[in-house]
Amino acid sequence: MEVVLQNLTKKFPGRGRKNHEEVIAVNDFTFKIPDGKLIGLLGPSGCGKSTTLNLISGLQKPTSGKIFFGTDDVTHLQPEHRGIGLVFQNYALYPHLTVKQNILFPLENLKGKDKLSKQEMLEKAYEAAKLVQIEELMERKPGELSGGQQQRVAIARALVKMPRVLLLDEPLSNLDARLRLQTREEIRRIQRETKITTIFVTHDQEEAMSISDMIVVMNAGVVQQIGRPQEVYDNPANLFVAKFLGTPPINVFEGRISGRKLYIGEEAVLDVSGGSENSGISGNSGDREVYVGIRPEGFRLRDDGPLGCEFGSVEVMGRDISVISTNKASLNAKVRSIISTDHMGKIEKVCSADGFSQTSYVRFALIPHKVFLFDRKTEKRIAFQADGTKGEEC
Amino acid sequence: MAGKRSEHNGAKGWLYLLPALLFLGAFMVYPLFDVFVYSFEEGYHSASQTYFGTGLYNYSYVLHDPYFLQAVKNTLILVVITVPLSTGIALLISVGLNSITPLRNLFQTIYFLPYVTNTLAVGLVFMILFQKTAYSDGLINLMITWFGGSAVDFIDGPYWAKMFVLCFYTIWVVMPFKILILTSALASVNQEYYNAAKVDGTSAFRTFMRITLPMISPMIFYLIITGFIGAFKAYSDVVALFGTNLNAAEMNTIVGYVYDMLYGDSGGYPSYASAAAILLFCIVLTITCINLLISKKNVHYS
Repeated sequence: MEVVLQNLTKKFPGRGRKNHEEVIAVNDFTFKIPDGKLIGLLGPSGCGKSTTLNLISGLQKPTSGKIFFGTDDVTHLQPEHRGIGLVFQNYALYPHLTVKQNILFPLENLKGKDKLSKQEMLEKAYEAAKLVQIEELMERKPGELSGGQQQRVAIARALVKMPRVLLLDEPLSNLDARLRLQTREEIRRIQRETKITTIFVTHDQEEAMSISDMIVVMNAGVVQQIGRPQEVYDNPANLFVAKFLGTPPINVFEGRISGRKLYIGEEAVLDVSGGSENSGISGNSGDREVYVGIRPEGFRLRDDGPLGCEFGSVEVMGRDISVISTNKASLNAKVRSIISTDHMGKIEKVCSADGFSQTSYVRFALIPHKVFLFDRKTEKRIAFQADGTKGEEC
Repeated sequence: MAGKRSEHNGAKGWLYLLPALLFLGAFMVYPLFDVFVYSFEEGYHSASQTYFGTGLYNYSYVLHDPYFLQAVKNTLILVVITVPLSTGIALLISVGLNSITPLRNLFQTIYFLPYVTNTLAVGLVFMILFQKTAYSDGLINLMITWFGGSAVDFIDGPYWAKMFVLCFYTIWVVMPFKILILTSALASVNQEYYNAAKVDGTSAFRTFMRITLPMISPMIFYLIITGFIGAFKAYSDVVALFGTNLNAAEMNTIVGYVYDMLYGDSGGYPSYASAAAILLFCIVLTITCINLLISKKNVHYS
């Protein structure tokens, strides 16, 4: 089922004397969620992603705007008539009922022509249980299950009525790291098998990136960017998206463009020219102050590299090494760059050359497509094209 | 070494427990034990500390005493009527309170008022409401006659009328505490359960029966147990309504009977009082055990 949000807005009235200003939790959302896909709503806490989910589920009513499931306008429908399955952050399994009773619960509510016989209900419940692989736990109480198992039961309960849309609110936040990895694969598998349009909310970008077909990055009630995870990562629309996606996070520098060169501090690190007509980098008129975002993997260790940083320390992660350094122009306290272990020798040379008594420098070349420029004021992305091969390597 | 150390710690533990143990022993365990002993000593006299012999005569006397039987009957009627009614009404009111937002605090305060009001003062108010005097028939009778009924003397009249007043009064007095407990129990049920039920299209009645009730069942159970015990111990309320000569009014309770036996008739009969007290203890114990057995199946502790 395709889900369409149209100018969806939710405002909460301010409470009390001190904050009587209303809060706009969801501000003019318009986007379309294609049928049968897994969509991640991603954003920092308080950005309105849970509110969006509640609006889609019908537990909250929008201030304005419309919601469509396919061609049906469901904006004013009660949650039970929308045909949704909802998995709550804390699962909300009824603690006094067994797993089986929990899964049966939604079916027992059916009335009139939808009413099922006991046998049919049991069949459906076992079908759902089989899908999430909890058949052997049916007689247990939720309190006797692990977090991951409870999660599965919650999904089974949401799926048992074969909803048109499945909504998951922070589905992995209550699980430990290992289980989280496993469960997100599970969610992916279940979604693939059932082909139900699934929307889940998360603040964990890695989670969203790894399993979603599409991510919706939100901040402060405003949609920042929508797209496939890799696209959004490679082409962030603005500084917020660039900063929010990626671990370790992107390194941001204050820089400027002058005479078709990008400067960080006093060093010209890249030759740039306008990527498109309106990018504003053309000729000398394009000189401007910018933010420079460089992904950690966008650095190459080169003795003649244009960007010099004060060397701090090295973290060896096995597969690769993080070089931690500082730069005056950097907005982050530390510049973190990830380089492959092949360069271990160079790093060791840096470490040993001057000793630790005095500052040593590391020099980096930059990989142009890992470098993003953002406007100082609007923080919007500035498209550019790197000239020459100054930064190219590998 | 280790053994000695733990022994030492054990002694320390007992030392910490000592104050509580002393008080409990002196004021709870010893009197209980004493009452138990008295109940078997025939004709015990507290002033001279003498008795004729030991045996079951006290129990036999008490069980054949029509006043005691009347007291047991009164107490049982009171218990059977007030405990379920007060808990049920309190539940209804709490659910109501929980579902309104404006004026909730005001209503909560109003419903809680009886709890902080003195029993005897409330008893007096009830007397004014119900009692027939030379000057007026009481407020309730005024209303009854308004609607075409004939006035009933609720305080000195027929048995059922007196019992009605007593039950009414008891329910009214115990309600605030129950409402307080139940509203907080209802408020503590996670909203997510209700949201989940809503998404699944659960009707309000079914939500209440299948989710709310089981979720607050430990609190309801607590109220029923303490309600039973409290109703079995009824005494001051009866005095407040019907005065001290309860046997004559046919409104005595078991605790009232014990009290009368202890202090009534100049000197009293501590042995009979003890036997009656032990009998009350047995009744309460039995009922509580039954309650516990029933609760095992129906109360859900998360």
